[in-house]
Amino acid sequence: MQSETKSRIDQLTSPAGRPVAVLRFEGDIASTSKEAVLGTFQSLPKGTAKLVLLDFTKVDYINSSGIALVIQLLIEAANSGQKVAAFGLSAHFTKVFTMVGITKYASLFPGQAAALAAL
Amino acid sequence: MSAPRPTTVEVRLPSRLGYEKVAMSTASAVAKLMGFREDRVEDLKTAVAEACINAIEHGNRLNEKLSVGVVLSVDVDSLEVKVIDDGKGMKGRPTKPDIDRKMHGEEDPRGMGMFLIQALVDEAEWVAGSDGKSSYVRLVIRLDKDAA
Repeated sequence: MQSETKSRIDQLTSPAGRPVAVLRFEGDIASTSKEAVLGTFQSLPKGTAKLVLLDFTKVDYINSSGIALVIQLLIEAANSGQKVAAFGLSAHFTKVFTMVGITKYASLFPGQAAALAAL
Repeated sequence: MSAPRPTTVEVRLPSRLGYEKVAMSTASAVAKLMGFREDRVEDLKTAVAEACINAIEHGNRLNEKLSVGVVLSVDVDSLEVKVIDDGKGMKGRPTKPDIDRKMHGEEDPRGMGMFLIQALVDEAEWVAGSDGKSSYVRLVIRLDKDAA
């Protein structure tokens, strides 16, 4: 019933010339999305992937279990000295992420260009 | 002159994660028919989804022999949603998540459902069934909230 979460990694360069790993998600982000969210993040080389962007542009549904996975990702990133930002959330989920405090640990941007420019 | 008959829509869901989206879609359709703004419809969808997930996971403990009842009652200026399960009712009250405690491993990253429900609708109450089951959460969202 829940649509499978797809994820892939793109390697980009910020306008400042820094390498950025972009995790692009597609589908629902729920309790079944652990591998797509945490597994994909954990596949990044921690020594070099210091800037990470989460792309939610193609995500329609995120529930509290999915938000918990994002928080677990942020915990792992903080422990590895990685900086995380996100873009592409709908206005509603931008509000929800702000309500639960995620914005304290990951900046949210409307689109990829703004996110890359801020890194 | 008799009062207009209340409009009620009922859905029964299997206790299987993912089926909360059926309740979300139904609530969304009813709210749109009533004229709710798009942002309030989104609030309602998330609140209904979290209520159904709690009912499926905690109330019915993922027992697929049990179903979750969702009853939407349309009033002139509000929509009430009851999500009913066969559990003993939610323990505790909604608390605002502490992101710092979560980030430091002092609080479970999960457990935000009740908070989101309460934060996104105008009224939320959790009622334990008197017979130890048939517990429900009752949500109310009002049509004129923050009307421009």
